[in-house]
Amino acid sequence: MALAPALSLGLASLVLLLADSIDPDSTNTGLLAGISGIGSLLSFGFAGWFITAGTGIADSTGVALFNNQLVVDQMALFFMAIVGSVTTLVVLASYDYIAGHDYQAEFFSLVLLSATGMSLLSAANSLATAFIALELVSLPSYALVAFLKHNKGSVEAGLKYFLIGAVSSAILAYGISLVYAATGVLRFDGVATAISSGTVQTIVDGSIQAQSGDPAVPMAILGVGILMIIGGVAFKTASVPFHFWAPEAYEGAPAPISAFLSSASKAAGFVLAFRVFAVAFPIGDLLAAGGAINWVMAFQILAIATMFVGNFAAATQETVKRMLAYSSVGHAGYVLIGLAAVSGSGEGLSLSMSAGMSHLLVYGFMNTGAFLFIALAEYWGVGRRFEDYNGLGKEAPVACAAMTVFLFSLAGLPIGGGFFSKFYLFQATLNVSAWSLAAALIINSALSLFYYSRVVKAMWIEEPTGSRTIESYPMGLYTAVVGAAIVTVLLLPGFNRVSEIAFQAAQLL
Amino acid sequence: MWVAALLLVTLLGTGLVFLSPDRYAGKLAAAISAVPALGSIYMYWVYLTQYGGTGNALLSPADIAFGQQLPWITLGELEVSYYVGLDGISMPLLALTTVLTTLAIVSAWTPIDERQSQFYGLMLFMEVSLIGVFSALDFFLWFVFWEGVLIPMYLLIGIWGGPRRKYAAIKFFVYTNVASLIMFAGLFALVFSTDLTSLSLPAMAEAFRTASGLPTIAGMNLMTISFIMMFFGFAVKVPVFPLHTWLPDAHVEAPTPVSVMLAGVLLKMGTYALLRFNFTMLADTARQLAVPLAIIGVVSVIYGAMLALAQRDLKRIVAYSSISSMGYVILGLVAFTPYGMGGATFQMIAHGLISGLMFMCVGVIYNTTHTRMVGDMSGLADRMPWTVGIFVAAAFGYMGLPLMAGFAGEYFIFQGSFNAPTLGGAAPVLTSLAMFGIVIVAGYLLWAMQRTLFGAFSLETDYEVSPAAFHDVAPLAVLLLLVIALGVAPDLSFAMIQDSISPVLEIGGGA
Repeated sequence: MALAPALSLGLASLVLLLADSIDPDSTNTGLLAGISGIGSLLSFGFAGWFITAGTGIADSTGVALFNNQLVVDQMALFFMAIVGSVTTLVVLASYDYIAGHDYQAEFFSLVLLSATGMSLLSAANSLATAFIALELVSLPSYALVAFLKHNKGSVEAGLKYFLIGAVSSAILAYGISLVYAATGVLRFDGVATAISSGTVQTIVDGSIQAQSGDPAVPMAILGVGILMIIGGVAFKTASVPFHFWAPEAYEGAPAPISAFLSSASKAAGFVLAFRVFAVAFPIGDLLAAGGAINWVMAFQILAIATMFVGNFAAATQETVKRMLAYSSVGHAGYVLIGLAAVSGSGEGLSLSMSAGMSHLLVYGFMNTGAFLFIALAEYWGVGRRFEDYNGLGKEAPVACAAMTVFLFSLAGLPIGGGFFSKFYLFQATLNVSAWSLAAALIINSALSLFYYSRVVKAMWIEEPTGSRTIESYPMGLYTAVVGAAIVTVLLLPGFNRVSEIAFQAAQLL
Repeated sequence: MWVAALLLVTLLGTGLVFLSPDRYAGKLAAAISAVPALGSIYMYWVYLTQYGGTGNALLSPADIAFGQQLPWITLGELEVSYYVGLDGISMPLLALTTVLTTLAIVSAWTPIDERQSQFYGLMLFMEVSLIGVFSALDFFLWFVFWEGVLIPMYLLIGIWGGPRRKYAAIKFFVYTNVASLIMFAGLFALVFSTDLTSLSLPAMAEAFRTASGLPTIAGMNLMTISFIMMFFGFAVKVPVFPLHTWLPDAHVEAPTPVSVMLAGVLLKMGTYALLRFNFTMLADTARQLAVPLAIIGVVSVIYGAMLALAQRDLKRIVAYSSISSMGYVILGLVAFTPYGMGGATFQMIAHGLISGLMFMCVGVIYNTTHTRMVGDMSGLADRMPWTVGIFVAAAFGYMGLPLMAGFAGEYFIFQGSFNAPTLGGAAPVLTSLAMFGIVIVAGYLLWAMQRTLFGAFSLETDYEVSPAAFHDVAPLAVLLLLVIALGVAPDLSFAMIQDSISPVLEIGGGA
């Protein structure tokens, strides 16, 4: 029952497959999108309900399932809510976007399967379940990126994404095996026990015990394993040095899928990172044990590099979608602060993690909204470059106003929740006196305003260059874009609720 | 409750105007903006009659008028609240904002003829933010409004501006945003080194005043570093030399009603923030740095006036002379005397009214002649008697004619800075130099008026020149009346300003 958010997504995808087997050539987009919409809304609703009802708070360890392989606590529910809301928006937008394409049922069921994986990943409590859930996220998304199979860009992006994804999965799996070899367990709490006690552990009847003979944990092997897990996480969250796939995949993929990958999939990568590094590799014990890797420092370097690479690359792009793709890399850098603004003994972790979580939630709306606006522009046949957006504000003022909200909020202006979540991250960096992180955050925010405002300038200030006629105003896309904009704005006065829940969730870990 | 009502009415009005058809947008916006204008005039009257002698909002929170506080957000240990309220410094600025917005909207009826509902909607949205800037007493709330002013301003210049509008808009946006970030960083360096748990401005003032044992970076106390960063951030907005280069571009390209708001209210955001943050919260540091700051002010006065002297474009003349006038404000603030600081605050109001009036006059003339170049026209006095009459009166107000608001403001400042203890021996020298600025002002304004308004009529651009419409002249007349009223009876504002300034002077042992 505690898994209802994940189950409703999985169930909806099965119902879609059933519908597809009854009528394989169905182009009844309304029915298919309806089923997926209900599934994802239910998932979001359950997650929201459980958060309000306090699941995982009463018992501070959360609801443990399947012999502790899955744990549904506040952290899991928080991310399930992000996944549910982003999936709902994406499904709503896809209703118009893929109308007229073949294989619609497959499209929606792949989206939902991937979302199921993300939801499960939020609750994973062992390296094995985490890996399986991660593959459930990844495999459908390879297919989704290449969904426009008559479009060369889409197919190319899918192939690249698949190849890099396969390599990074291999790295991650190897890292997991090394950690297992070093500690003897896969469960996060077991790994932590092994590190703090310094002896290899084993699990007997669900409880963690030292292995007979008390063999010591080989710290060097553990360090290499952790390093490889960092690599796997960097891939999934599109962080430096494994960010190369992101601009290609986001640009080639259908725009709703870009939104899905850059928001929900990134969030899923981060929940894995938060959980693994906060629970399984507590930094204080790790450093006390000696010899192993200092992952806080690694994340500090990665965060700064990712912020700068993402934002500087975004500033030099010529097409809007690619600019957003790089900006999403930059935002991964901001969220990495969640694992980087930590002192050597682990202080500040709950504050910085909750800041990262809050940013992911706000980002889930503003970034999804921005990509869905691109989907709208693609639907209208507007070109890809900045100049092609010239004067769009005259023809579609409502959608352009929403896009303006997304962009300014992404830049951190106080017009949406992005302002507070960025400030929260800033506060987390100052909390542990991480000056370089704080400076990087400020510099990159200033820079990002430059390239985001280029789109605003094109939409509102420039005169239209070519002749362009907008014939229809697709309802699903509009609802999704405007809805995301309203939530983004409401998150400015309502940010308190988000930061409270995130802080509570992070503290409970 | 009153402030919340002003904000809410204006915000709802913004939405309404965005959705209204272009034909009615201007009239509707004027009607809607009249509500906060009348409301703030009523509040002003209540304040004047009932709150006499109250203290400073930051230093004695118990004396805040129209205050309201609601919890909003908790970030870690930081409490952020919706906290608004007024005192003798913010009350006149609030009234200035709402009245000037209404007049600017009316003055836009003639020149603005495309995308009107968006134009007036943005004007109202800017008004919401400006009301918030002057009434917010919590740093976050204040910052939200502070940044909220930029977005409509950027679009207003960028969409409805002149030929180089895109360049001017982006320059304005980049300058002020970078400045905001630097200010933000400087302020938060202090916040996090003083263990603040609330970001209300009174709490910050208390904590910064009593802060001790701050770290020293590169030989400078953190307090000094933060002061300089915040001064830099606000000075861009004022603007002072050498951070002023965005201003002429923005003013010249902006449509006239927007210039009115820019010169009349937006520049005051900078000096208001300086007064609240640098000169109230960090008063000790401000006293130590008084001489260099005063030099910056005096250089702005002289340099701005010299630049104005070199211009041919009427709008550029008024734009550069704003730099000069705002320099006086800086000089008055650093004096730390009742007349100096009070006069500086009074000058904000006076300059807001007079520069708004000047820009409107130039706008009305431009609407009929389609040129602003001094050499291109002459003898307008016969064709547009009312407009020209008011223009001449406004110009004399700018030059400091007694019984006009400008005279009172500048006189107070000079009175206060001539013997300013913070400036020591430099005080008479700096004040005399600043006074010389008035001579230059008279030079360029008299020259420009003589060339354009008097003599035989001629016009390079072949347009029919006839008296301006009633709704163009009416805002000018209202503003002129206000300028004269404040000149004749400065105590209408000056008394409440002094009541709120005196606590600032008391802290740190000055008087």
